Amino acid sequence: MCLAIPAKVKELGENNMAEVDIMGVSRHVSLDLVPEAKTDDWVLVHAGFAIQIVDEEYANETLEILKEMSIVEDEAGLAEGA
Amino acid sequence: MDLSGFRDPQIARTLIDALHAVDSGPVKFMEVCGTHTMAIAKNGLRDVMPESITLLSGPGCPVCVTPNVDIDTAIEFAKQPNVIVTTFGDMMKVPGSYSSLSGEKAEGRDIRIVYSPLDALDMAEKNPGSHVVFIGVGFETTVPVIASTIDQAAKRGIDNFSVFSAHKTVPEALRALVNDPDVEIGGFILPGHVSTIIGRKPYDFLAEEYSVPSVITGFEPIDVLQGVLMLAEQVADGRAEVEIAYTRAVPPAGNPAAIEKIEKVFEPCDADWRGIGVIPGTGLALREEYAAYDALKRVPVTPPETKEIKGCQCGEVLRGVTLPFECKLFAKTCTPEHPIGPCMVSSEGSCAAYYRYTDYGKQ
Repeated sequence: MCLAIPAKVKELGENNMAEVDIMGVSRHVSLDLVPEAKTDDWVLVHAGFAIQIVDEEYANETLEILKEMSIVEDEAGLAEGA
Repeated sequence: MDLSGFRDPQIARTLIDALHAVDSGPVKFMEVCGTHTMAIAKNGLRDVMPESITLLSGPGCPVCVTPNVDIDTAIEFAKQPNVIVTTFGDMMKVPGSYSSLSGEKAEGRDIRIVYSPLDALDMAEKNPGSHVVFIGVGFETTVPVIASTIDQAAKRGIDNFSVFSAHKTVPEALRALVNDPDVEIGGFILPGHVSTIIGRKPYDFLAEEYSVPSVITGFEPIDVLQGVLMLAEQVADGRAEVEIAYTRAVPPAGNPAAIEKIEKVFEPCDADWRGIGVIPGTGLALREEYAAYDALKRVPVTPPETKEIKGCQCGEVLRGVTLPFECKLFAKTCTPEHPIGPCMVSSEGSCAAYYRYTDYGKQ
């Protein structure tokens, strides 16, 4: 029930509404809870509202750290094998 | 945004290996979010845990923790003349004492599923001769959405709309779980989208008062594995902190605009949780200024005396004391096709998750 889906803000409209793209589907959601959201921001959408702005940098950073961990492990594995 | 990396098998393998290398000793971690329940079951994450780590599902499905009296009350609203009851779809099939919203709809009551409470508000505007009641069920993720809708109703001057506030808030329920002598919780996988609203601070007491580790976790398989790894590391190190793994969506302060909206419209009250009982301060009542949007005041109803479901152990399942397949009804008389308790009805209930994705209890 607390599912929230990432969407990209396409166009700001009247009354705090905005058109967003959710995996290729266009929807109108309220930006009442994220008044600072702007075009091209990624937001989390829940029950017709954007409830948070998603930080793309943090997403990439998390993946980078995890990928690095993965590479280090691979190398360690190779070393052991050798 | 490309989130496919959060489903990457190679990264998953690394995290699983790392998890097996941590010496946490035998420990039970509990998630308290229906979306985590489903993510763990669907991705088979229990099967890749080290033997020492048990993943429990707690009272994380708002539909499941809604007590019979609230469902009975929602049904009573639908029995009043000129009332349209609107609800999220999840609530329809949940059994109350004598019936469900879906059963009542089949009897001809005007009960409609909406995707957003704003749809219910528009419905009220288009049906001035009727009163539209929205059944407000959900945690902090959903509460600001409903608070905003009530605020917009006031601004748009729509007065044939009201909300039955059966909402609940999470942090104090965690205290009740920690104090429960029947289950020992070694750490919490904290709900990502509740936390995107409330931030980290409301959970600090877990570490400070109870020395229980916790990690705010996202919902992709990699997110969950990372959260569990961080918990295991806290246990192994003898640390107890509130950490955020889901950094892309959870700023430490949450969403201040949403918190402000909740506080503008609602005030804390006591709430009855199925299986746990009344937990002080975990409910939300409409403030006096918004009394005109309080369904209990606008459409006064008296629910019938409640009746509990015989043999159903949802209460124990919700506290993590009983696992779904340990209930005598599980997969025998209680199945998703013919559910008896709410944990099997809701698509996010732990019984539904175990039934759908595992073989336990089916032999």
